[in-house]
Amino acid sequence: MLDLRQIEKEYDGQPLLNGLSFSVGKNETVCILGPSGVGKSTLLRIIAGLEQPADGEVIWNNKDISDLPPYKRKFGLMFQDYALFPHLDVFENVAFGLRMQHIPHIEIEKRVSEALEMVNLRHIARRSVTDLSGGEKQRIAFARALAPKPKLLMLDEPMGSLDRALRDQLTRELHILLGEMDIPVIYVTHDQEEAFSIADKLLILNEGRIVQSGSPQYVYTHPSDPWVASFFGLNNRLHGKIISSDPAVVKTDIGEVTISCVSERFSHGELVDVVILPTAVKMEVENQSQNIFTGKIVDSLFKGNSFTTQVKIGSDAEFTFEIPEKLSKGDQVTFTIDPDAILCFGRKD
Amino acid sequence: MKKTVFRDQHFLFWIIPILFLLGFYFFPMASIFWRTFGTGTNALTTNQVNWTITGKAIGFTFYQALLSTFYTLLIGIPASLLFGRFSFRGKNILRILSTLPFIFPTVVVAAGFNALIGPNGWLNLLLMDMFQLSTPPIHLLNSITAILIAHVFYNTSIVIRVVGTAWEQLDRKIENAARMLGASPWNVFRKITFPLLFPSISSAAILVFLFDFTSFGVILMMGGAKYTTIEVEIYIQTMQFLNLKMAGILSFIQLFFTMLLTFISLQISQGKQIPIVPVIGGEGSKKPNTLYEKVFVFIMAVVLVILLVSPTAALLLKSLLSYSTKDLSGVLPSWRLSSENYSGLFINDRQSLFFVPPITAVKNSMLYAAGSMVISIMLGTFIVFGNSSAGRSNKWIDLIIMLPLGTSAVTLGLGYLTVFSTSPNSIRWFPVLIPIVHAIISLPFVIRIIQPAVQSIPENLHHAAVTLGVPKHKLWRIIDLPLIKGPLITAAIYAFAISLGEFGATSFLARPEYPTMPLAIYRYLNLPGAENYGKAMAMAAILLVICGIAFITIERLQIKNKGLNSK
Repeated sequence: MLDLRQIEKEYDGQPLLNGLSFSVGKNETVCILGPSGVGKSTLLRIIAGLEQPADGEVIWNNKDISDLPPYKRKFGLMFQDYALFPHLDVFENVAFGLRMQHIPHIEIEKRVSEALEMVNLRHIARRSVTDLSGGEKQRIAFARALAPKPKLLMLDEPMGSLDRALRDQLTRELHILLGEMDIPVIYVTHDQEEAFSIADKLLILNEGRIVQSGSPQYVYTHPSDPWVASFFGLNNRLHGKIISSDPAVVKTDIGEVTISCVSERFSHGELVDVVILPTAVKMEVENQSQNIFTGKIVDSLFKGNSFTTQVKIGSDAEFTFEIPEKLSKGDQVTFTIDPDAILCFGRKD
Repeated sequence: MKKTVFRDQHFLFWIIPILFLLGFYFFPMASIFWRTFGTGTNALTTNQVNWTITGKAIGFTFYQALLSTFYTLLIGIPASLLFGRFSFRGKNILRILSTLPFIFPTVVVAAGFNALIGPNGWLNLLLMDMFQLSTPPIHLLNSITAILIAHVFYNTSIVIRVVGTAWEQLDRKIENAARMLGASPWNVFRKITFPLLFPSISSAAILVFLFDFTSFGVILMMGGAKYTTIEVEIYIQTMQFLNLKMAGILSFIQLFFTMLLTFISLQISQGKQIPIVPVIGGEGSKKPNTLYEKVFVFIMAVVLVILLVSPTAALLLKSLLSYSTKDLSGVLPSWRLSSENYSGLFINDRQSLFFVPPITAVKNSMLYAAGSMVISIMLGTFIVFGNSSAGRSNKWIDLIIMLPLGTSAVTLGLGYLTVFSTSPNSIRWFPVLIPIVHAIISLPFVIRIIQPAVQSIPENLHHAAVTLGVPKHKLWRIIDLPLIKGPLITAAIYAFAISLGEFGATSFLARPEYPTMPLAIYRYLNLPGAENYGKAMAMAAILLVICGIAFITIERLQIKNKGLNSK
């Protein structure tokens, strides 16, 4: 339905979007995930028509709509911070898009009520939007974007300014609502948990390009490069060299590491980056022959269902692991690393 | 939240301001009332009051104020769009130049337009030269057109300040949201932008109307004898006919309308509802893209330069030119570059209206301005600190702002005249009264600048200071005063500039041997002869430069303060 082809955009003389291309299919919910300032909102504004790309095409149903002004595109955009009209009440905010389509009054009444019903806020229809709580504003903005029945819905950091608990609740609600709609949705966020729970397809945006795309589960477990891995918070990184390819064994600063999943891709002597997942550590060492390490506990923080533990292996390599038990600071511990929980990337230099 | 720490002694701050206002505001006002309605024959029954003249003055006052406000908005709103939404080269300079007139004294404005469109003005000289005419072809001075042009020049800066700032701060996302919901550009303006700007537009309109309504110098100098507003009529009745009863009646009519307008203006500005977000990285303003936008930006910039910058430039140039009667062709007067106009200010001419060299006026004005600055800053600081004890309610402050703001300068001058001219001896005190009346006129501005700064001081700073051993009664000196240093300096410069340019009240109180700069300019402009004209231009140029420096200093300080606050 929507195709973006080779979109280029500069910001303050720096390239922001750099030949970016992707497509969104019918009824598909696509999440664009990337760090702050990477151009996610700009991308949405380009799709919306609020900004012009320096180069490239925005295609909708096989038609180039790059020159179509935003009010003729019939796309919905829910803004970061919501951008509710402060001089109109809740009802008039939701009705705005319908009024612009010159829909009869009775029909407007009905559709606004439906939209407010959908977000469970019918009872505040005549309240001023400046009196609403953050969660209420968010729902009204959502209802306003949906009321005119847009052909495509875009959401720009919709949970941006809400607190954690409310966020989790609204994410669940939104997931159900988006699933019920039969229009494509583009959801922009910098929060990976949000993206994982909402997305059918995940796009990772960095340095003006889509660096990886796929289902959330696949992308999380198979980051395409060390940057994506570290963006997901996987920071246990080592440099090394392949010394055996079946099974793959990498020589690193902390010793030889055996990796199970990637054996064929690397040849003997190749330089690689190794990323160890935080859940890779097992404390039992009996009956184990490979990946046995000894380290010193630097710190251990209680995180609810596990302990986030800093371990120093060798002289200066520090790693962070999720361990189910409390370990005392300064203790020497011996553990194994699961060869299935290690990622390996070829060095690009 | 109430300032409990402070509560006890802070009412002491009120004592001096209240005594001052009683003596120098309420007493003179009561005195006008007494003179008009109290003694002997009542003004309403005596034949001293000419109701035809009164009616005409009221009618003309409304007529010219409405027209002036209309034309000011006609130029001011597109100019606000220019500054609020577009970025272009030279924007900052143009913005400073366009907001500069606000602080210009009326006499300088009058002199500027005289230099541009007067009988000896640039436009007439140019046309006479081009078409070999012997008399000036443009007769704009002493017409309502001249009054309107001067008022538009004067007040466009208010619209730009109020509406332009609001437009700049209007969250673009709100307009974008409307576009996404299918609103065409015209509908975005009609349904979103205009309603959101409406409070600012109406509050600017009322402020402009109030200033046009009480305009004195411009009407007197640009309108000539034909046009009299209530304000000018008060002056004429007092100074020419010594008819204090008639002047008193007019003063009360004036006071009624101005108080009403001030009240409405304060009400509107309180209910403002404009979403204020910091303008991030040019999201608020953009480069003109389409042809329409480029044409708009170009035309608007040219209009502003012609309207707002040319009188100032004309004045400065005129002050540097000298008139010579012997021209080779014998027909046209010729002009050459010289500093004669300025050196003329140092000569004590026998035919001069004053008994002193004109340059003394500069010294007098500076002294009055310094005095007025000290008084108004002291009063303003006391009032603002006194108010901070009253649970931060602004009721009293609003009243204190409203009284002098809603009283025209001429009415104040008349009040002082009726109180302090009871014996010939008391006239000696007039020079002392000038800084006092100027302080009252600048007090609303001083309070408006200091008050937000004091109110934004977090209460926990006081709590922290008290726990660290600062005695309660010293809090305001140790904590608050250093924190509001910036706004205090801004307010002081403002008060200084207002006093320098004040014309209405001063014209009632100044004595010939103690002239101020505006009075000197006014008198020289009204005298025949090229020399006097040149002196008026030179004096006006000096006043212009001083006010310009003051204004640019304020701008700089505000930018600096903003920088500090955002950190």
